[in-house]
Amino acid sequence: MENVIKIHEIEQTFGEKTVLKNINMEIAKGEILGLLGPSGAGKTTLIKILTGQLKPSKGKAWVFGKEATTLTGKDYRKIGMMMDNFGLYERMSCYDNLLFFSKVYGISKKKIEGALERVGLSEAKKTLASNLSKGMKSRLLLARVLMAEPEILFLDEPTSGLDPATTEEIHKVIREEQAKGVTVFLTTHNMAEAYKLCNHIALLNDGDIVEYGEPEEICRRYNHQKRIKLHLFNGEDMELAHDNESFDVLAKYWKENAIETIHSTEPNLETVFMELTGRKLD
Amino acid sequence: MRNIMAILWKQVKDTFKNKEILIQFVMFPVMTIVMEHFVKVDGMPAQYFTNLFGVMFVGMAPLTSTAAIISEEKEKNTLRALLMSNVKPWEYMIGVGLYIWCICMVGAGVIGYAGGHTGEIFMKFMVIMGIGILVSMLMGAAIGTWSKTQMKATSVTVPVMMIFSFLPMLSMFHEGIAKVAKFTYSQQIHNLISQLQTAEVAFEQVGVIGTNMLAAVVVFVIAYKKCGLE
Repeated sequence: MENVIKIHEIEQTFGEKTVLKNINMEIAKGEILGLLGPSGAGKTTLIKILTGQLKPSKGKAWVFGKEATTLTGKDYRKIGMMMDNFGLYERMSCYDNLLFFSKVYGISKKKIEGALERVGLSEAKKTLASNLSKGMKSRLLLARVLMAEPEILFLDEPTSGLDPATTEEIHKVIREEQAKGVTVFLTTHNMAEAYKLCNHIALLNDGDIVEYGEPEEICRRYNHQKRIKLHLFNGEDMELAHDNESFDVLAKYWKENAIETIHSTEPNLETVFMELTGRKLD
Repeated sequence: MRNIMAILWKQVKDTFKNKEILIQFVMFPVMTIVMEHFVKVDGMPAQYFTNLFGVMFVGMAPLTSTAAIISEEKEKNTLRALLMSNVKPWEYMIGVGLYIWCICMVGAGVIGYAGGHTGEIFMKFMVIMGIGILVSMLMGAAIGTWSKTQMKATSVTVPVMMIFSFLPMLSMFHEGIAKVAKFTYSQQIHNLISQLQTAEVAFEQVGVIGTNMLAAVVVFVIAYKKCGLE
């Protein structure tokens, strides 16, 4: 699979503070990569480096095989960025915001309606951006990005502070983009989001990538307990180890149709992060 | 060209809902119409209010609106989004500048018309006002580029605007101020529009306006190199 993003030994320092330390990563075309980390871990800094907004103190990053610091306007047409701090024109309506960017992108006006519909803002198209809720503003920013039909999407905390319904809508759009072959680089501190959406995740802590891999694989890797939790119809709870003896017990209950629920004890990403760093992901 | 036209379109849409900016363009032309038609005082020079409000308009509207538009876009990061969408800094500056210059020229036209200028005199008035508006816009662009927020831009534009707008008026009453004011473009613009009939332009007037314009360009270039548009 072709790699569209390559990061090689990236380091970033601001004054005496090192924000990113020796970051190496490759992201394949059509993949969703989630960069997970608490606030201040260096997630947005890495996006800025990858999009050429910031020159790294050390190392190099390539996007479409081109060094990020040399990206031109033509390259940016293939890159969609939804950054929390990329504002909207508050005195203009949703439709006019998109109309303006359609003129800048040089694309047909017809795409505006489609983009608004995809993010569920068709009915609010005449509403001024200043009158939109936080969730609606995020959706409008997403519509602005999608309208240009980018090949890579950089999404910086796309669902931060949004309600579950809006979050789910944005997830749906991200999955649809991936199905079209779009590569997605998203930062989040929401483990459930990363687990559900991403093909690979990188756990970032204090500028270091402390773990990388498929979400399920990472959770399995840190499954030290290796136990199975059973809840029986008679109300009894029990835990079984991963061994032959337990298999006999499990088989017995299974035959008796006594098992109401069955769970493995593998940790979630939050637990893994805590084990690795000793801190929470908030 | 496409990006410049897009920015021009955006400014038209945006400014008509931005009362703070809109009032800058409307206030002095309306005041000129009202004062020229309703206030008649014996011994008052011809087109007194036209010349006075004309030079105040030149010193205020383009300067404050340019600085406000650029600094607001910087503060809200819409400018960053634009620059990451294949809009070049010069395209943005021309788009915004063209809009402000055109709308200010409409205001200047109203002021000139209210002052009773017609034909060749009106054209001369418009050329002088156009040059003054350009110098003010360059100063506004420098302040807007230098400032990260609108608040910071306002804190600089207010004193600068006051100096250039009020010096020509104050210099009428105080010789000391007049000695300093003659080095400002707004004083020379005032002198030029006050003597439209004579058709004579002194070297000093051209020199002062040219030097002011050059200084504004230099300050803008320094501000751009230091702070950029992001």
